[in-house]
Amino acid sequence: MKDNMEGRKLVDQMDVKFQTRDVQVYYGDTHAIKDVNVDILDKTVTAFIGPSGCGKSTFLRSLNRMNDTIPIARVEGKILLDGEDIYDPKVDPVQLRAKVGMVFQKPNPFPKSIYDNIAYGPRIHGLARNKAELDDIVEHSLRRGALWDEVKDRLQEPGTGLSGGQQQRLCIARAVATEPEVLLMDEPCSALDPIATAQVEELIDELKQNFSVVIVTHSMQQAARVSQKTAFFHLGNLVEYGDTDQIFTNPVDPRTESYITGRIG
Amino acid sequence: MSPLWLLILILVLAIAGFAIGRTRAMASVDDHRKLHSRPNYYGTNVAMLAFAPAALLLAVWVVAQPIVINASVSHLIPETSYEDAGALNLIMSDVKRVAEGLDVAVAQGALSAEEARSIRTEFTDVRARLGEVGVALGANVDRDVLRAAQAYRARAATGTWFMTAAVLIVALAGFFFAIREARGDFRARNRVENGILTLLITAASIAILTTLGIVLSLLFNTIEFFRLYPALDFFTRLEWAPSFSGRGGASALGILPLLWGTFYISIVALLVATPIGLFAAIYLSEYASKRVRAFAKPLLEVLAGIPTIVYGLFALLTVGPLLVSVFGNGGLLGVDWMGGGRAVMTAGITMGVMLIPFVSSLSDDIINAVPQAMRDGSYGLGATQSETVRQVVLPAALPGIVGAVLLAASRAIGETMIVVLGAGAAARMSLNPFEAMTTVTAKIVSQLTGDSDFASPEALVAFALGITLFVVTLGLNVLALYIVRKYREQYE
Amino acid sequence: MTDATHGTAEPAEPRRRKASLYASDAHTRRRNAAEKRFRAYGIAAIAIGLFFLLVLLVTIVRNGTPAFTQTFVTIEVALPADKLDKSGNRDIEEMKKVSTFGYAPLVDDALAEALAQAGIETPFANAKDLRQIVSASVAAQVRDAVLADPALVGTSHEFRLLAASRVDGYMKGRVTRESVARDKNISAEHLDIVDQMIAAGLVERRFNPGFVFGADASESRPESAGIGVSMLGSFFMMLVVLALALPIGVAASIYLEEFATQNRFTDLIEVNISNLAAVPSIVFGILGLAVFIQFAHLPSSAPIVGGLVLTLMTLPTIIISTRASLKAVPPSIREAALGVGASKMQTVFHHVLPLAMPGILTGTIIGLAQALGETAPLLLIGMVGFIASNAPASFADGFLAPNSAMPAQIYEWAKRADPAYYERAWGGIIILLVFLMVMNIIAIILRRRFERRW
Repeated sequence: MKDNMEGRKLVDQMDVKFQTRDVQVYYGDTHAIKDVNVDILDKTVTAFIGPSGCGKSTFLRSLNRMNDTIPIARVEGKILLDGEDIYDPKVDPVQLRAKVGMVFQKPNPFPKSIYDNIAYGPRIHGLARNKAELDDIVEHSLRRGALWDEVKDRLQEPGTGLSGGQQQRLCIARAVATEPEVLLMDEPCSALDPIATAQVEELIDELKQNFSVVIVTHSMQQAARVSQKTAFFHLGNLVEYGDTDQIFTNPVDPRTESYITGRIG
Repeated sequence: MSPLWLLILILVLAIAGFAIGRTRAMASVDDHRKLHSRPNYYGTNVAMLAFAPAALLLAVWVVAQPIVINASVSHLIPETSYEDAGALNLIMSDVKRVAEGLDVAVAQGALSAEEARSIRTEFTDVRARLGEVGVALGANVDRDVLRAAQAYRARAATGTWFMTAAVLIVALAGFFFAIREARGDFRARNRVENGILTLLITAASIAILTTLGIVLSLLFNTIEFFRLYPALDFFTRLEWAPSFSGRGGASALGILPLLWGTFYISIVALLVATPIGLFAAIYLSEYASKRVRAFAKPLLEVLAGIPTIVYGLFALLTVGPLLVSVFGNGGLLGVDWMGGGRAVMTAGITMGVMLIPFVSSLSDDIINAVPQAMRDGSYGLGATQSETVRQVVLPAALPGIVGAVLLAASRAIGETMIVVLGAGAAARMSLNPFEAMTTVTAKIVSQLTGDSDFASPEALVAFALGITLFVVTLGLNVLALYIVRKYREQYE
Repeated sequence: MTDATHGTAEPAEPRRRKASLYASDAHTRRRNAAEKRFRAYGIAAIAIGLFFLLVLLVTIVRNGTPAFTQTFVTIEVALPADKLDKSGNRDIEEMKKVSTFGYAPLVDDALAEALAQAGIETPFANAKDLRQIVSASVAAQVRDAVLADPALVGTSHEFRLLAASRVDGYMKGRVTRESVARDKNISAEHLDIVDQMIAAGLVERRFNPGFVFGADASESRPESAGIGVSMLGSFFMMLVVLALALPIGVAASIYLEEFATQNRFTDLIEVNISNLAAVPSIVFGILGLAVFIQFAHLPSSAPIVGGLVLTLMTLPTIIISTRASLKAVPPSIREAALGVGASKMQTVFHHVLPLAMPGILTGTIIGLAQALGETAPLLLIGMVGFIASNAPASFADGFLAPNSAMPAQIYEWAKRADPAYYERAWGGIIILLVFLMVMNIIAIILRRRFERRW
């Protein structure tokens, strides 16, 4: 297939962060993800699109083993991060999640101050040697989250007091603070208004300079705006994966085309 | 006519009314489908109007008559023969007893009705005459008491006569009024339903009446107590030593040692119950599998279903001796800290065991109310489960948990049986947890179950203690429920 | 987004750990150890809670089961006519004149005779000294038997007599030779005789129905004390609670849940109900004392007063659970009934109430169980300290005559000095808990059977 050929070419040129091979995810008796093979690149925004219930969020959550918290979920196949199998028994999911951060659909700031929200990750992972370093990390992360100017005078106020868009940027800054290598975002803008969405999208664009970003989104416009690579999921299958421009202008699979043009979804 | 017979009579009237009303309504139309309501409603309407107002009047009269007669008869007792209200009460109960005695004597034929009205202490040994019919009196009947008793009887008889007449008139009036109404176009169902609604509202008002009853009975007796004993002393004195002689003024009735005992025991109880209950709740809600939860949670809750008398006995006979064998003279530790089985520790630990399920069940609910998104956020950052619990879930649930602990504290403060059996009787302000101390509740029991006269400050002090207890526990509860509700709203 | 560009200018790389996922670093190992510890605390907390429950239950069963058995002495008692019925015409009134003092020597002699027959030597010259082996109530027991059946006079009849509490304690291991050294109620010699009587089969421990069905006894005769009469007291109290709390509770709930509009009055009721649920039970006792006994002059110690107090205490529980069951009936049922032209009242009584009934009954049973175990308010209305020695003579007496109640009886026993009464207190607890367990099981079965998921 043509897009696979292109993908392989890209692999030679750029760093591959995640490689997944024949990944299956089961929820109890439901086979939610079937045979997914995908290479996710470093310093790139990859979008997962597809109709609701297609398994894109499930697949995203299996990339940092968030599915472990659901007792009935089961993952088979290989998911390699920098060539290491993240489901290997030797791997501690806690360490994995420090490397692969996650931002959720609804902003979920902890009921703590803005400062403590950001400092939470660095504290549990022991990233700062002293208060000054922690202050640095907090400031740095809030700047990366494009929130510093708005909150620098009220770092001790509760994070739950911010507006929805600010809360979501706080959550992104919080994820960035642990210095992850990959950032997974599960429909990060679905609970936000258009202005806040625009701010977050701008932020995602900035983040790709340092991270590999994977974003699940319902909105094809958003996928087209922020991502370089797009994967289209349908009924648990990865239907098509390639450059975003190609997927949106010249899809190979008829199902992709139907979805893009709004016939299924 | 006695109230019971009167009640039966109006009941019979009501039943008859039901039948008549029903029949009349049916007869008023050619086809009973033309009735506004079902026939039974017409019958019920008659029964209701015949019975309810009359029964209400009867109930009010039965309660009010003795009070009114008591007040009017007590004027017959010369003021010189008693010192205060308490003594008058005693005389009045003598009066009632003599009056009842005369009733019994008349009923048995030992005295004629005329004799009962006219006998005089000057000519007859009333005590002996009443003794013959089985009414034992504690002392000889004096002139004033007998006269008052005769007046009492006379007025009671008149009152009862008027009551019979009034109740019957009201019942019959209701009966005939409703019978006249029993025609096809009358909206009987609406009337009956309004009657039922009134009944429902009355039932709901009992909650208010109960609270009112509690507050008033505590308040009046407390005011009475403060007339006999200075309120300032009660609230500030550091000594609790009621005199046993009854009416002596030598009693020291300071509440502070009792409050200290209550507080100390509750603290020990909470120190036992809070960590165990909280960790149990955390484990059950965050870690336990469904099966462990289904098994451990109800078992823990059994602890809350065991009556407090059982815990009291457990404290007295098991926990106390066990503690003495560890901390007492010649005990396991070789220290002599504990003199007897009854101590702050004994009651506190036992109470703590009882409170474990209070803390754990409430905390469990509260921890479960913390949104999963909060936990996901923490896991997504690479936190372990315990880090998530300690740094995210618990701070989020803290207000609710504080509420749960406050509710447990209010339980501990109001708990009676465990402290009565386990804590001891000596009021003491000491820091030694192995010493016997006593609490507000234990003293309420001992002051009201002793032999002291109800009008004495030694007995009345129990009401002042009761109102303190009521206010403290109510305050804690209102505060706790407020905190818990605020907390719930935050996540809804 | 000036700050974002500013942020990227800072070097981020040094802090990023490039370690392999397979190797766990020391920090992570520490964190995982903390995780294990934390989990262990949780397990420990649950284990401690369950351990306490186990200890409590084992203590109750171990200390309480002996109360159900009692030591009996089985001997032949001669009932000579010249002592018991001097006139010889078996006239009951005549025979009643012989008091228990007349019967006591007969038992003494019978004991001495039985010992002699079994070849047991006694160090006592006087048969009267043997009396301490049997209960002080045996003379009355023999007398009652004779008065019930005058034909026994002149014959010898085998009686199973209650042994003295010390002998019973000796059989159960509570009393030893050391502990009786300074006991004036019994001596070591008596115990020697008892040992031989056991060997001869004259003394045995067997189930004692008197404990479950009998009346309380005076302080000095723990062996004949039973919980039966106070059980009746509890029963009549529960009748009062059931007859008052169920209808009032249901009526109040129906009003609040189905009819009440949001206003000051309803708010006041709601606040009152939730607060009453938390008022310490002792305060209800004060209320009962002040209102029912001092003000309304109801007889103190009477089950009706206890029942009234417990009714007020249980009402909030019943109202809260009834409202929950009413709330669980879906609005569609109400709409369906209203839609065919039923009045609101008919809707509630014909449709909503029957559907909510299992839940209401479950709540009521649980409320009753609570009331059954409640002690503190009973202390204040005089149900403790009253020795429940006679069963109520009639149904009305059951409500009005002074009585005790099970938990009050247990408290009373716990206060008495003789350790033989502790055993009875534990035994009483077993009976009380059995009642509570049965009630709760019925409630659970009701819930399981009739619970409806809409």
